[in-house]
Amino acid sequence: MKSPLPLALRAAALLAGLATGPAMAQDANLARNLAASCANCHGTNGHARGDMKPLAGMPADKLLAMIADYKSGAQPATIMHQISKGYTDAQIKAIAGYFAAQKAAGK
Amino acid sequence: MTRFHTDALTRRQLLGAGAALGALGLAGCATPGGPSIGRVVVVGGGYGGATAARYLRLWGGNVDVTLVERNASFVSCPISNLVLAGAKRIEDVTRGYEGLRAAGVKVVQGEVTAVDAAGKKVRLAGGGELPYDRLIVAPGIDFMWEQVGGLQAAVDSGRIMHSWKAGPQTVALRRQLEAMPDGGVYALCIPLAPYRCPPGPYERACMVAAYFKQSKPKSKVLVLDANPDITSKAGLFRKAWADHYKDIVEYRGNAALKSVDGLTAKLEFEDVKASVLNVVPSQRAGDLARTAGLVNMNNRWVGVNWLTMESTAVPGVHVIGDATFSAPAMPKSGHMANQHAKVAAAAVIALLKGEPVNQTPVVMNTCYSFVTTRDVVHVASVHQYDSADKTFKTVPGSGGLSAAANQVEGRYALSWAQNIWADALAG
Repeated sequence: MKSPLPLALRAAALLAGLATGPAMAQDANLARNLAASCANCHGTNGHARGDMKPLAGMPADKLLAMIADYKSGAQPATIMHQISKGYTDAQIKAIAGYFAAQKAAGK
Repeated sequence: MTRFHTDALTRRQLLGAGAALGALGLAGCATPGGPSIGRVVVVGGGYGGATAARYLRLWGGNVDVTLVERNASFVSCPISNLVLAGAKRIEDVTRGYEGLRAAGVKVVQGEVTAVDAAGKKVRLAGGGELPYDRLIVAPGIDFMWEQVGGLQAAVDSGRIMHSWKAGPQTVALRRQLEAMPDGGVYALCIPLAPYRCPPGPYERACMVAAYFKQSKPKSKVLVLDANPDITSKAGLFRKAWADHYKDIVEYRGNAALKSVDGLTAKLEFEDVKASVLNVVPSQRAGDLARTAGLVNMNNRWVGVNWLTMESTAVPGVHVIGDATFSAPAMPKSGHMANQHAKVAAAAVIALLKGEPVNQTPVVMNTCYSFVTTRDVVHVASVHQYDSADKTFKTVPGSGGLSAAANQVEGRYALSWAQNIWADALAG
């Protein structure tokens, strides 16, 4: 990442609901695109099958805390401690916001 | 990933497909909710192409998407080594395109023979044409037969299998292993990197060894690797061979195959006689990339703009998956092809709408390998776009390998397959 700051600002604006118009649409797409990189394991829009953890509808603060624990090592993992370190905090926030806005299965 | 040279398409089917496609032609879109934003043709229905078609519909709204694929169904290379072990059937790694059809993708079983980039249309075997505003080509790999004397004839005759495109070749190799008498030698020849699925050959050695251990304990697995050493998860595979297959697997590096003669593998300094000879040939971008003039890297791969996956050779044509000239440390894998597809789908939709393209894409890869039919090891990586060097780069400190083979990841590997198949095929 060459420019984490503008991204962080955009993501923060998105979460705070401050962005408007085309900028908001772009931020929404950015969150959507980032979250799509999780779908291979966690299902399209976070609707996971099998043994994978569903992310759709998970409150953002819960997902953020989980990722923070993977990054710090507080929560042991098979693979997420390695994958989580590839994303900036701003990107994780955007992803968490996106999944929180998805409808959980059966709800 | 799912292409073979059998062409099951009848003339009637093709004409029917042509008529159906003509109907959507220039008249715009029949999708409810407004006019079409454009026509996208996707060629190739493997991990990359199927995902691109699905996500164009998911994200694009009223975009006309036509997927052209040779085969009637999707057959997954990942998990297919378990078919060789006898732990899965080919049906277990086969899925249909009905989910994509239900998602509004026009799926055409057929073969694209040419791309007319100036006229923005592709030509189908049998004469039909499909016009497009943007084209996504996911041609997978084809083989560099010329590098090993006698190989193409031996594969064409059915004596030697590559089984590096899952399907009939996978089933045929399993039959050869079943027919082999106990005490025989299965030799597996691995080409120099880069090739599709770096750990795949070593997983295959494990899966054949697992079968021998259970059913033919006097038999051997001989790995003849053109590379100087195991190219992926080396320590984990070496440990698996020592722990589980000590008297079964023998590994030789720097053992490049020069030619084949019957079931004899001819190396530089020795001949190796096998009971079953399985040769993974050297690979290049799939044939269509070549005929379409897309191959511009090392006379072998397709250069792309990583923000859009658009070819650096032919404007308006986006190329994804194994056929691309990989970014540094980016594997040729089904998982990565799925990630390329999402970058391409987002970019194509933005370009059709005249909106800015995402300048900060991220892709990641997870690859699980079975070392026994239940124990699995992974390698993972995360790749962020670097705007200065205009390529994806792995993030320092991220990614890595399993600490040790384990059965928890054995379950995750199968769940991964379920999820990525559903993600790509909408079913």
